[in-house]
Amino acid sequence: MIRKLTLAAVAALALTPGSAFANEGGGKYGHVEDYAFSFEGPFGTYDQKQLQRGLKVYTEVCSACHGLKYVPLRTLADKGGPGYTEDEVRAYAAEHFTVYDPEADDDRPAIPSDHFPAVTGDAAGPDLSLMAKARAGFHGPYGTGLNQLFRGIGGAEYIRAYLLGFTGEESEVAGQSLYENMAFPTGWVRMPPQLEDGLVEYDDGTKATAEQMATDVAAFLMWTAEPKMMQRKHAGVLAVSLLLLLSVMLYLTNKKLWYPIKHGGKQANL
Amino acid sequence: MSGIPHDHYEPKTRFEKWLHERLPIVALAYDTLMIPTPKNLNWWWIWGIVLAFALVMQIVTGIILVMHYTPHVDLAFASVEHIMRDVNGGHMLRYVHANGASLFFFAVYIHIFRGLFYGSYKSPREVTWIIGMLIYLAMMATGFLGYVLPWGQMSFWGATVITGLFGAIPFIGPDIQTWLLGGPAVDNAALNRFFSLHYLLPFVIAALVAVHIWAFHTTGNNNPTGVEVRRGSKEEAEKDTLPFWPYFVIKDLFALALVLLVFFAIVGFMPNFFGEPDNYIEANPLATPAHIVPEWYFLPFYAILRAFTADVWAVQFASFITGGIIDAKFFGVLAMFGAIIVIALAPWLDTSKTRSGAYRPAFKWWFRLLVIDFIVLMWVGSRGTNHPYDYISLIGATYWFAYFLVILPVLGLVEKAKTPPATIEEDFIHHYPEASGSAAE
Repeated sequence: MIRKLTLAAVAALALTPGSAFANEGGGKYGHVEDYAFSFEGPFGTYDQKQLQRGLKVYTEVCSACHGLKYVPLRTLADKGGPGYTEDEVRAYAAEHFTVYDPEADDDRPAIPSDHFPAVTGDAAGPDLSLMAKARAGFHGPYGTGLNQLFRGIGGAEYIRAYLLGFTGEESEVAGQSLYENMAFPTGWVRMPPQLEDGLVEYDDGTKATAEQMATDVAAFLMWTAEPKMMQRKHAGVLAVSLLLLLSVMLYLTNKKLWYPIKHGGKQANL
Repeated sequence: MSGIPHDHYEPKTRFEKWLHERLPIVALAYDTLMIPTPKNLNWWWIWGIVLAFALVMQIVTGIILVMHYTPHVDLAFASVEHIMRDVNGGHMLRYVHANGASLFFFAVYIHIFRGLFYGSYKSPREVTWIIGMLIYLAMMATGFLGYVLPWGQMSFWGATVITGLFGAIPFIGPDIQTWLLGGPAVDNAALNRFFSLHYLLPFVIAALVAVHIWAFHTTGNNNPTGVEVRRGSKEEAEKDTLPFWPYFVIKDLFALALVLLVFFAIVGFMPNFFGEPDNYIEANPLATPAHIVPEWYFLPFYAILRAFTADVWAVQFASFITGGIIDAKFFGVLAMFGAIIVIALAPWLDTSKTRSGAYRPAFKWWFRLLVIDFIVLMWVGSRGTNHPYDYISLIGATYWFAYFLVILPVLGLVEKAKTPPATIEEDFIHHYPEASGSAAE
């Protein structure tokens, strides 16, 4: 019975977020504050230093319970990402992660061609590889979602608000501790509050306030969810520019072509 | 129906003559490209080209995506992420393909409503219209099947809900559902056959498109006046028409470039606008999303499906006279498919002798209301089923059926239509007074 209840509670928690957002707010929970991330808008880019700080927060805090199983470690050296050198990535992988090697039947240090490991087990939280795209913070105006063009879908904002949304209230349901969180649609989550000022020490000297860490790791998780964002925006700008040029040329061609038809045989004077 | 008189391909060189006697393929291409086209076509007539382009774009991007995709429940989601992260240009291919479906449906809806307004479905173009509706049905099937392939939460639960519609058929429904899925629930067998059919149907669509074009090249295009091209002689026909190449090809390509400009802005800057965040969570049969929402292009019909709940008198009546065989769920399914079938029946439901809506003062308003109704249904389909959304969808669904089953038949009999111009040439000169110069020469 208890097990069933827990399962139900876990299921309810695991499921509600993404879609519950689709509902109009209402109620006291599900509040996601907007934040001006550097990667928003058609020309927004990732802040390399911020991604590096976010990786540090992930590695030292989140990775204990959350995997990034779709993210290859080597992509930490990709352009448009945290931008580490290949040697740095190799050192980082070996230092922090181990991978099961079936041939040796033993764990070995991770290498860049491995993915960030998945985290499994009772205490494990959901995989975070795509979390920033699996949660939508914004749906406006009027539920059309058009402001995505300038603000993104709000997944990074959701993560940031979630990490900062703990009220300190705690309750117990069916032997499971739950913590009140203002950003979460149903208000109560299994994850205990994690961030407190000074929890990590940033390499670039930035002061590690809870808000700073939440913002940085949210940005980092946006990158893990959408590592090709900058290439995509470049392609978009290129495509739109070329199509604009093509449209103008075709407009003039069309006008010249039809001019005699519309003007009794007279030629266009373009 | 003999076609519009025009110049036909004449083989000139010895090789052309040799080939023409054996396979008149050049003649086919020439006659297709040079088909006489009413010269008064307005900008609502450009969506056919957009649709043809979208079909080719989807097939090309789809074939490449298949090279990297794995249709297996344990691997599908990860293989999509592999495409997004590791395949060269894979993220663009996938976003173009995913948003391409939206472009395809956006274009087809304008194309269909254009036909509904200008009476393109009326005699002698009923076959073109029916083929078009078959294409639309095949598109819906393809879109649905394709949405399942990434194996996200919405893929899985969408597949569960939609195949469940077949399960609502009395007596044999559950068996049909099991047969469609290849098992009792959406699982690997379903994913595999959905993948197979998602690959097959676009080629069926391509074949139907060829027949669609063949049909309207036989009858000739409709046009904004609904007046037929004069066919007495080639000279007469040439006063009403221009060859498709170059006049309409260039015009359509210009429009296509503008449409693609907006399309690539969406792909580049907000590629997940039409998607559901839940679909970035891998499918989990044990966890049902709070709201299962279909893709936007299914929403109007989804709203009609949900509109007929057990407390609607029509549902209770149907249930009563069939002894409970038709319950609310099955009624909803019938209504949803019925909403599409009535569009296909428009050629026989519309009694008006005047083809183009431009000359039907009352029809114009009913038609505008239909467009608004469609948009309202789309919006309400994305909402919940609670009050007032239940009323809105019921009113919307009622008007949809009323338009086709009552308004089209009755209005044609009672409405006093204005007189269209006698010829297409007259209409063209009305728009471009200077054009008459050429006629005088």
